[in-house]
Amino acid sequence: MSTPAEHHQSAPQIAQGTEHAQGAAIKAIPLRHPWRVIIAVVLVAFIAIFVADASQRADYGWADVGKYIFDKRISQAALITLELTVYSMVIAIVLGLLLAIMRLSPNPVVKGIAWLYLWLFRGTPVYVQLVFWGIVSLIYPVLTIGIPFGTPWVSIPNDVFHNLFVTAIIGLALNEAAYMSEIVRAGLLSVDEGQEEASRALAMSWGQTMRYVVVPQAMKIIIPPTGNEVISMLKTTSLVAAIPLSIDLYGVSRGISAVTFTPVPLLIVASLWYLLFTSVLMVGQHFIEKRFSRGTGRRKADKEPDGGGGTTTAVAGTPLGAPTLGGQLTGTDFGGKR
Amino acid sequence: MSEASVSTSLPMVHADCVSKSFGSNKVLRSISLTVNRGEVLCIVGPSGSGKSTFLRCINHLERVDAGRLAVEGQLVGYRQKGDKLYELKPKEAAFQRRDIGMVFQRFNLFPHLTAVENIIQAPMRVKRMSKSAATARARELLERVGLGDKADYYPAHLSGGQQQRVAIARALAMDPKLMLFDEPTSALDPELVGEVLDVMKELAASGMTMIVVTHEMGFAREVADSLVFMDGGVVVEAGAPGEILGNPQHDRTKAFLSKVL
Repeated sequence: MSTPAEHHQSAPQIAQGTEHAQGAAIKAIPLRHPWRVIIAVVLVAFIAIFVADASQRADYGWADVGKYIFDKRISQAALITLELTVYSMVIAIVLGLLLAIMRLSPNPVVKGIAWLYLWLFRGTPVYVQLVFWGIVSLIYPVLTIGIPFGTPWVSIPNDVFHNLFVTAIIGLALNEAAYMSEIVRAGLLSVDEGQEEASRALAMSWGQTMRYVVVPQAMKIIIPPTGNEVISMLKTTSLVAAIPLSIDLYGVSRGISAVTFTPVPLLIVASLWYLLFTSVLMVGQHFIEKRFSRGTGRRKADKEPDGGGGTTTAVAGTPLGAPTLGGQLTGTDFGGKR
Repeated sequence: MSEASVSTSLPMVHADCVSKSFGSNKVLRSISLTVNRGEVLCIVGPSGSGKSTFLRCINHLERVDAGRLAVEGQLVGYRQKGDKLYELKPKEAAFQRRDIGMVFQRFNLFPHLTAVENIIQAPMRVKRMSKSAATARARELLERVGLGDKADYYPAHLSGGQQQRVAIARALAMDPKLMLFDEPTSALDPELVGEVLDVMKELAASGMTMIVVTHEMGFAREVADSLVFMDGGVVVEAGAPGEILGNPQHDRTKAFLSKVL
């Protein structure tokens, strides 16, 4: 009985408060932050001095930077770097998903193997791994199929690793798969157990549950760190020099500078290309993240403040109501999807 | 209900000395009960009494350790050959669940799918229904639970009561013979409980066999054909809801009811 009475009393108070806030805006002298200004000025000054100095410093060879930045050899090498990134990431994601599922398997041997893989490939430097893949064809010159220690049925020369481009992709992908598997595993584990249970109670199989219920929800957790991994991979491709493969962006710019004796301008050229790619990837990641947060409450929370504090009271007063608000939100969600 | 007893002699659910442990913790100790076709059974009891676990055993979300549990005469989770029991393959267990709908305390709707998409998943994936047929049926069911206008809403944009009604519609989409409700109103704000109970009452009136784990004594008194009071993994008292709620025999029942009524 007391609750409705209280509610009635408090309601006009809230309304009054809002009226005050709307009626007369507070005019107060804002708090000054002198140190913010001083620090900012000092930092900008430092940067300005550095830039002014760098623009004049002969070692940077800005003329050479301009000369080589759109050099055809460089742009082709940039394409190779992109290809290395895309191919190795695609393989790493597929392999990572497989390893993640293996680690969640009830079979202790399967689980153990996945763990061992992770331990090995995450525990050794990728540079060392790439050197290893570069010489693996010396260790295994022929690949054989047959009974172990018996006469082989089929032997094929181990040609795969003679193609250094393919070797680079294998080396990068196998290393990255270890990291991807942890990301995918975290994503799968983030999905509430009740989801799997509900799906099972509806007589859906394990595969259907994973495909239609668990994985789509896990994507929200998996996508952001995967974007980071792509950006990281783009830069890691420069390590293929360990194989040694030298047709990538860094390899080619190094090759040119070895002939012209101008290492610094070519380092800058390579860096500018890497920066261009990572910038584009960062923008892309932003949009993919937005897309995969569909159907979550977070977007709603993002939008509501725009409606103003005034609606908050209305929503709280009528929990079932607010059909306009709900309709609006669903509308946007739908638009995003179709 | 008289009609049902004519059509078949097999009870919908028959539990005979069902026991279940989690490690050393005995959650169910020799539960025996029978639910006939078209009957509504309410299970009440303090938390931790094993009532939810028993419900989950019925569609094999948990496996029974001892005793026999059968739905329509078929053993749940096992196949009997001679005097040996064989555990069912996941596929066979899934097949048994097709006819059993379940509604959870926390709704467990799929948050990345709209209400209608939530409902059509199982009919499409399990029964291989066409999308258009499944969608038409889903809209009918949403209409039935009073949410015809919320078909394209995501769960996050629905109230708790609305989500639970969608969850009921989702379970009904598989045309179950038996519906299990695991504390369907316990996670709801008090003013939203009624709308869910109304849907369940309508369902009971339509002749659905239901087992409801609940704390809603009013609902139990009004709708249930029989009531079971569980405590410490055993059935303490069973019978007509009016009798147990009005005139409990056992001390533990009396103590529990004095707290909740």
